[in-house]
Amino acid sequence: MRKFTVLLSMTALLLSMAVTGFAADTIKLGVAGPHSGDLAPYGIPAMKAAQLVVKKVNAAGGVLGRQVELLIQDDQCKPEIATNTATKLVTEGVDVVLGHICSGATKAALGIYKDAKIPVMSPSATNPALTQSGNYPNFFRTIASDDMQAKMVVDFAINKLGVKRVAVLHDKGDYGKGFAEFVKKFLEKSGKVKVVLFEGITPGAMDYSSIIQKVRREKADALIFGGYHPEASKLVSQMKRKRMKALFISDDGVKDDSFLKVAGAAANGAYVTGPRDLSSIPLNATAVAEFKAEYGAAPGAFFQEAYSATMALLNAIQQAGSTDYDAVTKALRNNYVETPVGNIKFDSKGDAEGVGFSVYKVENGSFVEMK
Amino acid sequence: MDYFLELFLSGLTRGSIYALIALGYTMVYGIIQLINFAHGEIYMIGAFVALIVAGVCTIYGFTGVSVLIIAGIVAVIYASAYGYTLEKIAYRPLRNAPRLSPLISAIGMSIFLQNYVLLAQTPDFLPFPHLIPEFEFMEPIADIVGSAELVIWVTTLVTMILLTLLIKKTKIGKAMRATQQDMSMARLVGINVDRIISLTFVIGSALAAIGGVLVASYIGQVNFYIGFLAGVKAFTAAVLGGIGSIPGAVLGGLVLGWTESFAAGYISSDYEDVFAFGLLVLILILRPAGILGKARKQKV
Amino acid sequence: MLKDFRQSILVSIWFVFLTFPLMVVRVNTTEQLVEWRWMNLVWVAIGSFILSYLWRYMMARQQAREKVADSGIEKQSKVQLLLEDMSFRYKAMAVLLVFALIFPLVFDTYQSTIMISALIYVVLGLGLNITVGLAGLLDLGYVAFFAVGAYAYALLNYHFGLGFWTVLPVGGILGCLFGVILGFPILRLRGDYLAIVTLGFGMIVKIVLENWDDFSFGPSGIANIDRPGLFGIDMNINGSTTYIYYIMVAMVIFTIFVTMRLRNSRIGRAWIALREDEIACVAMGIDMARTKLSAYALGAFWAGMVGVLFAAKTTFINPASFTFMESAIILSIVVLGGMGSILGVILGAFILILLPEYLRAFSEYRMLAFGAAMVLMMIFRPQGIISNIRQKYEYKGLKEETDNG
Repeated sequence: MRKFTVLLSMTALLLSMAVTGFAADTIKLGVAGPHSGDLAPYGIPAMKAAQLVVKKVNAAGGVLGRQVELLIQDDQCKPEIATNTATKLVTEGVDVVLGHICSGATKAALGIYKDAKIPVMSPSATNPALTQSGNYPNFFRTIASDDMQAKMVVDFAINKLGVKRVAVLHDKGDYGKGFAEFVKKFLEKSGKVKVVLFEGITPGAMDYSSIIQKVRREKADALIFGGYHPEASKLVSQMKRKRMKALFISDDGVKDDSFLKVAGAAANGAYVTGPRDLSSIPLNATAVAEFKAEYGAAPGAFFQEAYSATMALLNAIQQAGSTDYDAVTKALRNNYVETPVGNIKFDSKGDAEGVGFSVYKVENGSFVEMK
Repeated sequence: MDYFLELFLSGLTRGSIYALIALGYTMVYGIIQLINFAHGEIYMIGAFVALIVAGVCTIYGFTGVSVLIIAGIVAVIYASAYGYTLEKIAYRPLRNAPRLSPLISAIGMSIFLQNYVLLAQTPDFLPFPHLIPEFEFMEPIADIVGSAELVIWVTTLVTMILLTLLIKKTKIGKAMRATQQDMSMARLVGINVDRIISLTFVIGSALAAIGGVLVASYIGQVNFYIGFLAGVKAFTAAVLGGIGSIPGAVLGGLVLGWTESFAAGYISSDYEDVFAFGLLVLILILRPAGILGKARKQKV
Repeated sequence: MLKDFRQSILVSIWFVFLTFPLMVVRVNTTEQLVEWRWMNLVWVAIGSFILSYLWRYMMARQQAREKVADSGIEKQSKVQLLLEDMSFRYKAMAVLLVFALIFPLVFDTYQSTIMISALIYVVLGLGLNITVGLAGLLDLGYVAFFAVGAYAYALLNYHFGLGFWTVLPVGGILGCLFGVILGFPILRLRGDYLAIVTLGFGMIVKIVLENWDDFSFGPSGIANIDRPGLFGIDMNINGSTTYIYYIMVAMVIFTIFVTMRLRNSRIGRAWIALREDEIACVAMGIDMARTKLSAYALGAFWAGMVGVLFAAKTTFINPASFTFMESAIILSIVVLGGMGSILGVILGAFILILLPEYLRAFSEYRMLAFGAAMVLMMIFRPQGIISNIRQKYEYKGLKEETDNG
């Protein structure tokens, strides 16, 4: 039995040596998000963004003279699978992680990364508690939180559009409902607006004509929707078909070229929030062009955010001079980095500074920034 | 009253689509007692093929209703081919297996087909070109009923009539009914049962594809995952009406469509699906074989 | 030979036709571009040609095997014979137990984590096996009971700070309760009607969890759930994973023990009778309502209990974990493993849960392979990996009795 124990500990030692031995050769960047299942459209662009950045960086000689290796893991946006992927990434010795995509999966996985002292940066997890609770010092994000977006939407709707009766809808999801609840809270706090309807719609349902009729019956002059572009396209198309005049206002999940493509002419006149106009940033144009050259299509949701997050992470390692946790997080908080979403650094809670947010209006099939 | 009418009509639209898909479930179930879980995927493939055909046509400069009809026909052909192949690969070898095995095979096939389309095409939502024209004569009532809805109702109605004629009047229909009543007896009187089963899959898939094309051109978007929820709802509709019964599937689809529509309109769309399933439980408690289903006497 | 060749060519042409629009054409309506990927066509043609040969060969073997089975002699497979052998059984169990105990020491934390997932599904599979495998009541909403357990722990922990060990039995009992609630209205339903009602029940539970914010915190879920405690010792994540792993092993052993005893008990035999023929069973004087309800309740008990552990392991839950797909996977475990067979269900759980984990190497093709594997396994082993052996009671003759008495 004694011999056995010795043998066992020796194997364990060898294994751990093998792991650390590998880690010295490359810098390991974990990428986690949904790459299969119904939420795959939100995870795959981020994965491709990481691949593009890493390809470019490696071609230019890598970071700190070391090549960057990608470890891509599918979490299907499910918390329990996310913990498995996180553990897998940790045991494979990742240095930094890009992900996860959904707030729920991110919350479930963060504890594991925190214990292992690994910085994590999400391009898309917008749940306010992730940064504001202070529970996750290792978490960063290149996207604005739900409450900030909601505040902006509400201010815009009241001050610029002068709405009086608002219907708030959401897709029952983590992101959409979170946003919608903040919108409702801020609207009611303002005292100038009546929330006439607050309801969830079923994503993937065949049509939303009954709920649209309900919005009309309540005589709402604006419809604020929390959720993603597939549902938003259906809503605006059906509003248009029903000849409704109510304004359509929504969030960052809708500010996607797919929304313009799918909804077509019906999208005109809709307001959405999103990172401030990126077309003036040369890096953004480069990133999009790279994607088009590689995949022959326009990049999908969260592409720019993921591209920026990958750049920020690799830059921080470069600045820190090592993959040491404290050094990297310090570098993330102190050094600005030029990315497709702007010149950014991160505050003490992990939210990005320098990522501007604006309201856009859809005019003639494209997003126009409202100044 | 207007509001009621609006909800009634939107329920009718939904219900028509449910009915078209539910027919495939009910026909297959009637003959081989299998819940064909991959049926929703056939509906999705129908919509996708139509999208591809319509996309190619519009890019090469063709537009209008004729494109929609061509896309519809190609979609029906392909969906039928997929249905036929599906039965041959995943269900036929399991004809004599324990009762639940084909169900698992069906779930596996459903996962497979979803991911096949995801990988072969794209995970994104694709826009389906607007091919249904806005009719002039519909303009006065456009805020209640659109042209697309009208097209859905008429197509569904015509399809149902054709299906009923096929089953009641033709030789094939007779053979199908015989197979449904007693498979081994049908074989004894010289019916090629295998062919009839294949044919059932082909017809069911064609109906699902029609539903897919209609929905795609109505809501204007398609992705690889739309089959799942539609499949579950249509299956509910089939059971509600009495699985195995063709008029039952139509009635079940409509009842389900109306329930959802009224529940969303008068109560809350948060719990839309709860009402749909609640109704199902209620009806099954009162009539365990569904609204129009015949309770089969079981003998020991 | 020539016939085979011609047939394979035909199959190949058929699949080329079938996959043509989806594999070859890709339209981009915004850029007005059509992409033609002709190379894919060649791959499909070659692939389906080879696969059709393989398919024919496998089918021929399958038929030969069935012929042997039909010849009347009930031939037990080697595995089953081995399992009958008691001394082998004990040895195998001992080896397995030792392996299970040293597992977290030998492998890394990731391996332990996925092993915990697999063991969770073992318990779920064994629980559902009672309802589906033994009592023959098809249940497509089993995940609802799992959710009940998980939320029970998350909420009790959040509001009252109750610990893992206190809630563990509570979760099980709540699961039971919900089993009865579900079972009651659908006592009269049979077969596939049950399937859709249970499916609806599963969906209703999920929708309620999503919408009833005040109760369940809606889709944003509940975070920072306590991990199981061990006399107040503070553990890091590795230690805690190992600890949960051992709890899970103990729970699996407990489940196996209880379900095995249940199967051979009076109520277990009543379930099997119910599965085989409901009318005959009732005619024999078995209380149908009580038997069915107990099957639901006792099946749900395990889901509720293991749900508590699930919440403690992930430390975060939201409704996204309790979808219909989970129910389908659990059902697949039972059917794939072999309905009613305990060992089969265990193997089924390991295959279905660990397969996608180890298929991660294929990343994008993972779920595709998983779906195909499910279909193929059903075709080539429709009775499951290990088909249930019927208990036989043999009359050993008078001799022993006279010896004894």
